[in-house]
Amino acid sequence: MPLTLPRIVITGVGLTAPNGNNLTEFRNNLLTGVAGIEPVEVRYMGKLIAGLCHFDPLKYQKKKELRVGTRAGSISIYCAREAVADSGVAWDSFDKNRVGVYIGCTEHGNVETENEIYALSQYNYDTKYWSHYHNPRSVANNPAGETTLNLGITGPAYTLGAACAAGNLGIIHAAQMLRLGEVDLAICGGVSESPGTFGIFAAFKSQGALASHENPHKASRPFDKARNGIVISEGGCLYTLERLDDALARGAKIYGEIAGYHVNSDATDYVLPYPPRQSECIRKAIAHAGMTPRDIHIVNTHATSTPMGDVQECEAVRTIFGPDCTDTYVNNTKSFIGHCMGAAGALELAGNLPSFTDRIVHPTINVDELDPKCELAGLVINQPKAVAKVDTILNNSFGMLGINSTLIVKRFAA
Amino acid sequence: MTQDECKKLVLDIIADIAPDEDLSNVKPDVRLRDQLQLDSMDFLDIVMELRKRHGIEVPESEYMKLASLDSSAEYLVPKFAALGK
Repeated sequence: MPLTLPRIVITGVGLTAPNGNNLTEFRNNLLTGVAGIEPVEVRYMGKLIAGLCHFDPLKYQKKKELRVGTRAGSISIYCAREAVADSGVAWDSFDKNRVGVYIGCTEHGNVETENEIYALSQYNYDTKYWSHYHNPRSVANNPAGETTLNLGITGPAYTLGAACAAGNLGIIHAAQMLRLGEVDLAICGGVSESPGTFGIFAAFKSQGALASHENPHKASRPFDKARNGIVISEGGCLYTLERLDDALARGAKIYGEIAGYHVNSDATDYVLPYPPRQSECIRKAIAHAGMTPRDIHIVNTHATSTPMGDVQECEAVRTIFGPDCTDTYVNNTKSFIGHCMGAAGALELAGNLPSFTDRIVHPTINVDELDPKCELAGLVINQPKAVAKVDTILNNSFGMLGINSTLIVKRFAA
Repeated sequence: MTQDECKKLVLDIIADIAPDEDLSNVKPDVRLRDQLQLDSMDFLDIVMELRKRHGIEVPESEYMKLASLDSSAEYLVPKFAALGK
């Protein structure tokens, strides 16, 4: 007899993006073409550009927490507190032992280690000047751990390292843990503090994959002929996920339902994506959701504005969504906010969730001249598009070492 | 360096380590941990800042000398003097 797994729904959203610190602001900016990239001074590299967030960290943290903790921790706490507040869950009486925290991140520890080594260089590398906070700051679970400290959560809390697929992985893993009955409320998604590390900028630059443009807001330009690389951004998006029965019992508002997902690996290259495995991932997610490609209304692409990567994802998408997919639209969020690394999948999903109710597909912007190799039926460029219905969102996030993830969320219907 | 100057120096360090605390009524003869929210990591911060800002070394066996402002000044003033301060 096949196993019937509980339905999982999204009941709260907390986010910070380079162009918005809550879902309303974020969504408005996605519909009005407002990007959020700015000049930054990067250690050893001078003036570059990045997407930085401007939420108030003292909204939920004391000054001491900011001093002792990390930026990723700060972003996680902000998003978690906002999501819990948004969910309307009776937090004070909720059994904190039954709350799980599952946060995706591409990397953690780079920022803290670089800063510590730089500080040490001021003391001639004498290690008695090395901070006793380095260990708790740099362990990979730091963002999740800081969240438990701030919210008083005593359930399981850890991060998922999945490169740029991590935001989707946080949500997928949370759904699995809820289905297994490990927790009753999951705070999940992804965060990024990546602009704090010069190493990421330097590595992308060495690869020839770091974007530049005289106008920072136009630097991230997936599918445009003149695109020249990635804009590195920080950000965070955490959701509250619950089993449907629990959400209905407390009268929760429901943003959407987890319909299906898939995660796989290219097994081909450290860096270069492999379209056949991306296609396989998308296909299997659609099958997992019990759907066909025609049933997908929004495909939010991963595309990071690299000359090669964008083309490869378009190849993968084109093989699946054929001419019969007349209700399928395609967009991209990185053109507004750059690449939010571990937060990307989670943030990019959030930007599309309101489409279930307003039936508008936000565009990908900065396409001054569409690269012919990136032509896709249903691609929404530069202006938002009002459509007849949006019942499903398919969210791609692909990462280094060939990890692929596809998450499908559907409009909730009882 | 006088005892009072030394106490002020220690309070300046604590102001950076515990920026949310109100330091205006700290009693010099009462243990700092009984008046302020300072844990063991914070005390390690005080030791680190004494090292970084003033070149003063406090061995682990003498950490208890920093328990209060009075005991800190009593302990640190000779150490400053030894550095010619």
